[in-house]
Amino acid sequence: MFFTATSRIALQARATLAQRFYATGAGANTLLYVEHKDGAISGATLNALTAANKLGGSISALVAGDAPESVVQQVAKLNGVSKVLTAKDAAYTNALPEDIAPLLVAAQKQFGFTHLFTGHTASGKNIFPRAAALLDVAAVSDIVGIEGEDTFVRPIYAGNAIATVKSNDNVKVVTVRGTAFEAAGTKDDSAAEEAAPAADKPALTQWISEEIQKSDRPDLNTAKRVISGGRGMKNGENFKMLYDLADKLGAAVGASRAAVDAGFVDNSLQVGQTGKIIAPELYIAVGISGAIQHLAGMKDSKTIVAINKDADAPIFQVADYGLVDDLFKAIPELTEKVN
Amino acid sequence: MSSPLRIFVPVKRVVDYAVKVRVNATKTDVDRNVKHSMNPFDEIAVEEAVRIKEKSPKTEVVAISCGTAKSQETLRTALAMGADRAVHVEVKDDSTLQPLAVAKLLKAIAEKEAEKPDLFILGKQAIDDDASQTGQMLAGLLNWPQTTFASKVELNDKELKVVREIDGGLETIATKLPAIITTDLRLNEPRYASLPNIMKAKKKPLVKFTPEDLGVDISPRLETLKVEEPSKRVGGRKVESVDELVDKLRNEAKVL
Repeated sequence: MFFTATSRIALQARATLAQRFYATGAGANTLLYVEHKDGAISGATLNALTAANKLGGSISALVAGDAPESVVQQVAKLNGVSKVLTAKDAAYTNALPEDIAPLLVAAQKQFGFTHLFTGHTASGKNIFPRAAALLDVAAVSDIVGIEGEDTFVRPIYAGNAIATVKSNDNVKVVTVRGTAFEAAGTKDDSAAEEAAPAADKPALTQWISEEIQKSDRPDLNTAKRVISGGRGMKNGENFKMLYDLADKLGAAVGASRAAVDAGFVDNSLQVGQTGKIIAPELYIAVGISGAIQHLAGMKDSKTIVAINKDADAPIFQVADYGLVDDLFKAIPELTEKVN
Repeated sequence: MSSPLRIFVPVKRVVDYAVKVRVNATKTDVDRNVKHSMNPFDEIAVEEAVRIKEKSPKTEVVAISCGTAKSQETLRTALAMGADRAVHVEVKDDSTLQPLAVAKLLKAIAEKEAEKPDLFILGKQAIDDDASQTGQMLAGLLNWPQTTFASKVELNDKELKVVREIDGGLETIATKLPAIITTDLRLNEPRYASLPNIMKAKKKPLVKFTPEDLGVDISPRLETLKVEEPSKRVGGRKVESVDELVDKLRNEAKVL
């Protein structure tokens, strides 16, 4: 009995040493949590992988779910992924944080990961802070830059200030702003596959249903062109004008909080501090005044166009091109002329 | 009828959402000598708790805030909206108080109470640090279920059903109390406190603790090395017509 206890202590000490070694000497040992749905990897995961690649060191990707085989094959070919950990279990199907967070913790303990990375999406935001608390470390949300293994850049105050923070914890739990990093590409060879460690599945919650907004237009998060409407659209029917223009430009449609709250369009289209944060090549803001909270979601767009009849609207201060005009006249004209 | 519910609502005093913040001269923080108010998501959390209380009047709503002495103003606001009593965890400087520490303080308060809370309702994020972590961390520390980014809450006895805002739409989760809810903007429209209620709130009980009383180490895990202004956009150019706009987008910005 005595010996067993002693050797267990010795093993624990060795594990701790190994962690310290990774953290200071041999570069990062990162776990990338892969978000996936209907057999497709989330775009934000690909951006988070690029961020993880900037750390150097090795990257293992964790794929959890009930039928992740096709996803595993895709993940194995992603640039920088050296190992794919799979957790095939129906309990992981809906990415419930009560079950996924202990899985991340078990993986961290087994492999001594120094960094946990994923996208700053609804799912990443839900799971990662819980995992960080279980590991008794800070979480670093929504990073837009990496200055070192322990130093990250992140926006605060709706993007009106940029903080550089250094984590003093031995494990860094990080969510990555998708628009701040390119999507990772693929490589020819496939990373090895290995089963993830077993973990508690407390099943504290029950997933009932989901209601996903179906659209043929590009995904708002990744679209190269976005047209957003605000309160100035006056009602939901008028959004058809924006859909017509969007279809002609191959653009996604977004909205301000005012338009969402007024019931013109679905919540999932909201662009801003509390909605989607996007950075397309072209952002056209139609009937949007440009409140701080909206700008937080789009001011990193490459080219911003504002169409508003109020010449003093704050949106014009960030717009590369502003047109002071009645949108009900300008949008149909623009739709006609962009061919 | 089962035992009455006890709902804890953590609230944070933050720079008012309408203030355009500026980085301070030493580039270590933003200038905090500006208007502060209750974090908007926390107002929604208080409103939701008070609505639950209005349906089952024996419910007790406890507002909690961790921060400097000025956090008491925020607690009084919560009391004026309908919370029954308040708990203040006072720290000298709240600029380095981080989500993990707050989650530990909240857990300690829950454990210190003679009767345990059934529900924590928090905002989904504070509009200053934009972290979106505290509710999830608290749920992890307590090993309770978490229903984050809630846009609809249904509570029947101890059964909780929450509609959550997720990327691309909505998701419905069911669980049992005790549980954590974090509020999204769409959950409700918070009420304004009436003058009589503001007066009454001054008489409601407010107890004070320190992190030491609660045995919680609040030292920051993240060190802020610097805070900078974001790069400025050179906007402000106006065009005269749709034709000119199309021409500029095509030939100057080359995005069409």
